[in-house]
Amino acid sequence: MSGDNPYAALSEDHGGTEPGWAFGTGFVAAPLDADAPVPPGVDADDLSRYCCMLADDALVMSQRLIQWCTSAPELEEEVALANIALDLLGQARPLLARAGRVDGSGRDEDALAFFRDAPEFRNVRLVEAPNGDFARSTARLFVFSTWRLALFDRLRSSADPVLAAVAAKGVNELAYHREYAAGWVIRLGDGTPLSRERMAAGLAEVWPDLGELFAVHPVEARLVDGAVAADPAGLRVEVLGVVEQVVREATLRSPGPVPPAVVAGRDGQHSGELASLLAEMQAVARAHPGASW
Amino acid sequence: MATATGRATAPPDEAGLQAHFEARISGEQRIEPRDWMPEGYRKTLIRQIAQHAHSEIIGMQPEGDWLTRAPSLRRKAILLAKVQDEAGHGLYLYAAAETLGVERADLTQRLINGRQKYSSIFNYPTLSFADVGVIGWLVDGAAICNQVPLCRSSYGPYARAMVRICKEESFHQRQGYELLMRMMEGTPAQREMVQDAVDRWWWPALMMFGPPDAESPNTRQSMAWRIKRDTNDELRQRFVDMTVPQARRLGVTLPDPELRWNAERGHHDFGQPDWEEFKRVIAGDGPCNAERIARRRAAHDNGAWVREAAVAHAAKRRARTTEEVPA
Amino acid sequence: MSAEGEPRGDWPLFEVFVRGKRGLNHVHVGSLHAADAEMALRNARDLYTRRNEGVSIWVVPAEAISASSPDEKDPFFAPSADKVYRHPTFYPIPEDVPHM
Repeated sequence: MSGDNPYAALSEDHGGTEPGWAFGTGFVAAPLDADAPVPPGVDADDLSRYCCMLADDALVMSQRLIQWCTSAPELEEEVALANIALDLLGQARPLLARAGRVDGSGRDEDALAFFRDAPEFRNVRLVEAPNGDFARSTARLFVFSTWRLALFDRLRSSADPVLAAVAAKGVNELAYHREYAAGWVIRLGDGTPLSRERMAAGLAEVWPDLGELFAVHPVEARLVDGAVAADPAGLRVEVLGVVEQVVREATLRSPGPVPPAVVAGRDGQHSGELASLLAEMQAVARAHPGASW
Repeated sequence: MATATGRATAPPDEAGLQAHFEARISGEQRIEPRDWMPEGYRKTLIRQIAQHAHSEIIGMQPEGDWLTRAPSLRRKAILLAKVQDEAGHGLYLYAAAETLGVERADLTQRLINGRQKYSSIFNYPTLSFADVGVIGWLVDGAAICNQVPLCRSSYGPYARAMVRICKEESFHQRQGYELLMRMMEGTPAQREMVQDAVDRWWWPALMMFGPPDAESPNTRQSMAWRIKRDTNDELRQRFVDMTVPQARRLGVTLPDPELRWNAERGHHDFGQPDWEEFKRVIAGDGPCNAERIARRRAAHDNGAWVREAAVAHAAKRRARTTEEVPA
Repeated sequence: MSAEGEPRGDWPLFEVFVRGKRGLNHVHVGSLHAADAEMALRNARDLYTRRNEGVSIWVVPAEAISASSPDEKDPFFAPSADKVYRHPTFYPIPEDVPHM
């Protein structure tokens, strides 16, 4: 084969465990040791709940992105949105596995994803709201990936080896997601009068859920002390700085002051929208208890 | 060939170009975008590649319907990667079609106006999660039989797109079969789901190879041009022979009482699909035709403001750059 | 712009060239649509390189590419350098007719 064949070179190694998928990742859970010992001085239940928080954020956001499938505004965007959804799903899985191990319940990723009810989900409310139009969806994705990137950037040095590994892999992905979404915030904000109006509305709809991103749940507070978790309050300046910069680049203005940082989703207080999302996501799994897929 | 004095201004000699083209084809050389080609060859290719691209894009829907409900996270990831692959395959194929002088936007219009077809298989509904597995196994299996020979298609861009697609497609088939094996090891209800899905998809899968050779008007010319490499019936036979042992290993029954090994021919004998149904579905009267097109149209129409905004933004940026750097 | 007559915000066509790894040339792998070069690069990375970080990509607006005839003996194409994809019709089309 000619050395100039780019596909030959590309297909050599994608780092996945099942090469050959065009856009694929490895589909077996990442080779992380979910059984790694809980760091000394850290409460195992706290660690488990924290893993669920970060996993649920990614899982629910991924599910929302999946809902765009076959409805994206252009075929190239189908590919991009599915890529992001796949990355987030890939972040959720080892975190759920870790959660189920350290709490001693023995629940695997699927038991946690498909057999918990809405009040047991720990995601922030930002991710559970319906997609709305493409402006709202990209505005939300932009805020989410900016925040999660700042969070994962700090978690790379977590005392918990699984969190540190998931974060180390995730930062590259999230930087890519943030760039994608920021691109659309700017394009739509500084596009046509119609797109401008819709992006302004999209940001306004997302804005009320911003405060919670910086709220500190007692579990997080304890894990920050144990050098396991990142302090959400400490992300505020960086995240809002990036958001402000992109909104300005989009020739728009921030919809207003960021609401107070109050815990809601992290305590299981969700909108009805999460229950509907989960009802759909969990329907098949729950209809066939004991089945193998 | 044109005469030596022809130069640039003289009209080329069409007979000469035609002979040159045919010599290339029979010499197993590839035709490339800027080569002269007969109008019929170009039109046939546009039709075939566009249909193929449309099939990939519409084909995202039946499986995509199960993405939000996939019963395990691993299955969700696999299915998502697969549906995304299909979008990618559609894009490779539209790109190949565009080398023939058409625009993707026009092909999309023709799809949503019902003026261009896509594979009739995607007009059947997916009724259970087992359908995801059966689509991978039978539908992608049939697609592979159809597509592998196209890697040697005479038109270069099409052949190259098919090489890439086939490489990826074999994984789609494997994931489907693997899902079915897992389900067959599961509960009795799961095994029933698998058999039910096989019963529903077997005949439509056989239809994917097109009408019998005797009723396939385009096959002869397409084969002469080496756009197609095998007849519909040859491909169908190959698929049946390939699938029967796989079905046995899986423990499902293919719903054809006439299906049996013919030692004399060295092939399986099998019954004919309901070709009247095939014609109805092709003509637009399948269970999901309207729904599939409606969704594609909605995505396209609802996305118009986004595409326009991106163009407007790009124009603004270009204008600003020009202002900043005076000539 | 459209054969169907209605105005559309269609994204222009970009040709994609990929260098699979260091030491190789960039090679043409296909095309895609994007509103601008930035977006074209992103889309190319998603579509043609599976987001392989080590890969170098070029995107070029298709209309910016001039091409010679692949077959020098062919008098119809010989004199001019023009677009990569030439509508291969027998009838000459003026250059100022867009997207023919």
